[in-house]
Amino acid sequence: MTLFKKLIVTTAAAIALMAGPANAEAVKIALVVKTLGNGFFDAAHKGAQEAAKELGDVEIIYTGPTTSTAEAQIDVINSLIAQKVDAIAISANDKDALVPALKKAMQRGITVISWDSGVAPEGRLMHLNPSSNPLIGNMCVKLASDGLGSEKGDVAILSAASTATNQNIWIEEMKKVLPNYANVNLVDTVYGDDLADKSYRETQGLIAKYPNLKAIIAPTSVGIVAAAQAVEDAGLVGKVNVTGLGLPSEMAGHVKAGSSKAFAIWNPIDLGYSATYIAYELKAGKAEAKPDAEISIGRMGKIKLDANNEAAMADPFVYDAGNVDEFAKIF
Amino acid sequence: MSDQSAALTPRHIPDRLDSPFKRALKSWETLLMTVAIAIAIANSLASPYFLDPWNLSDATFNFTEKAILALAMTFVIITGEIDLSVASIIALASTAMGAAAEAGAGTPVLFLTGLGVGLGCGLFNGVLVAKLGLPAIVATIGTMSLYRGIAYVVLGDQVYKNYPADFAVFGQGYAFWIFSIEFVTFLGLAVVAGIVLHKTIFGRQVYAVGNNALAASFSGVKVRRIKFIVFLMTGVAAGLASVMLTSRLGSTRPSIAVGWELDAVTMAVLGGVGINGGTGNILGVVIAAFVMGLVTFGLGLLNVPGIVMSIFMGLMLILVIALPLVVQRINNRRRATR
Repeated sequence: MTLFKKLIVTTAAAIALMAGPANAEAVKIALVVKTLGNGFFDAAHKGAQEAAKELGDVEIIYTGPTTSTAEAQIDVINSLIAQKVDAIAISANDKDALVPALKKAMQRGITVISWDSGVAPEGRLMHLNPSSNPLIGNMCVKLASDGLGSEKGDVAILSAASTATNQNIWIEEMKKVLPNYANVNLVDTVYGDDLADKSYRETQGLIAKYPNLKAIIAPTSVGIVAAAQAVEDAGLVGKVNVTGLGLPSEMAGHVKAGSSKAFAIWNPIDLGYSATYIAYELKAGKAEAKPDAEISIGRMGKIKLDANNEAAMADPFVYDAGNVDEFAKIF
Repeated sequence: MSDQSAALTPRHIPDRLDSPFKRALKSWETLLMTVAIAIAIANSLASPYFLDPWNLSDATFNFTEKAILALAMTFVIITGEIDLSVASIIALASTAMGAAAEAGAGTPVLFLTGLGVGLGCGLFNGVLVAKLGLPAIVATIGTMSLYRGIAYVVLGDQVYKNYPADFAVFGQGYAFWIFSIEFVTFLGLAVVAGIVLHKTIFGRQVYAVGNNALAASFSGVKVRRIKFIVFLMTGVAAGLASVMLTSRLGSTRPSIAVGWELDAVTMAVLGGVGINGGTGNILGVVIAAFVMGLVTFGLGLLNVPGIVMSIFMGLMLILVIALPLVVQRINNRRRATR
């Protein structure tokens, strides 16, 4: 070994020694996303930093691959294992392919949770869903009811494909809560197959068929935009209110036009905030990931884990004229 | 004026050749090795986690499968052809293994299925290029869509994940201490590839075909057979990479290994294999594999975003390829003015 090499090795070792204890104080939580450069995840990062500030001794590592593949995400996980992070909170590109890599992370003492897009149970301690089916169903009907105000009116649902599992579950949940909203009179459910033109035509059909139609619930980001457009084109702004689940960037124009008073979707900031909080609580041993356990997540309140160690964060977040512009910049 | 005189003076012939030591010093491999060492040093200075043996062992997983593809790709490129279907062969082989596992096949059968499908795909590529005489780039772009297309038809948005527990050994097992089975296999294959390419008649014929196929065929080299064999080899290598990757992921989706064909070609080119055929050697490709692995892992440790990483890789590729050209040009000019 030459003198030069010796020098370098000693310097590296010295840096390693200095860096070790300095980093040991902060809890390093890695927020791993599907791809970088996506507004939704950048917003989640913002939330994670908010949580880190509240918790105090947390350092957030915001990372993810450039391509949304499982292989690239595994490389990211490997480098996080190597850095000996304390926790990984991941939105997965593949439910199954990440399991071996995340299992290895857990064997090396890293707390692993998934959020947004989940990992199979053996690859994580718990999974945080942005919301739950009953909460989504209830929120959709509530928004329609709020739009109606005191009067009673006909309401129709514009769904995606008739075979779409999540859509059908949400519609089922909406029907369950109907008795709680006396002013909502559900008349029909139509299917736009998540195609803009078909959703548009189905909306036109609803308008023609039900003259007393007051609201359309579209729990799909494609359907809600098409329905709002159809209502505007038919000159029915103010008469028919379109609501449901949509993306702020796509809906901002329609909220301004008045065809949609309010709609809902999860709030990525809250999601990043909660994921960070949960990872911290689990790492610190303040909470345990087991069925029926409760974990407190700061300003978001509490979550309760179900039998699969999954939990729902909160009601979908409501976007209206007051906040849609701010979020339209994000996602 | 000087240009003209350069053209008129007879070609410069040195009184004696450089000594072997001096030649080795000037070679591409030395340049790459220097780059690799510089990167390793920079990495160990930049991150305290780099020199940990287990971390380095983990890092090898990031590139061994691609490096195995690159070894076979080296043969194909030296013959003057290219195989862009390797990543799709991985997908098809993985799908076949998944289906076999679903049907209850054991680990040895799965291993053979992976290699078998790889061999079959390589055979088909070989027939298209060597027997029918299609240009390799067209033929393998076609089979690239074909093989992955079949995987998508079979699987759609579904997943195969019922692999037997001991199947994990190929992608997650260790041969001894920190040396994974993947890594040891890669080193073994690199030695075999080096011997075949540099020490056998077949290897010499591969170079001959790439340098001048016509002259080779007049010299009695069976050009088509050589090409057919190298495509078979890439198929089998892709099958093996598929076994390893599938085992490492423990599951199969049709999107597995998307884009890997370019990584394999990049490794070979970075390793000094001339894209026009006829030049290059295995040692360079092996070092290039390490360079790529070290760079991605090192930047990953610093949490450098992936997009910066690919810019860095691109610049490095251009730099490493341009540098010898620039040096050569400067030398030529110096020689001409002397």
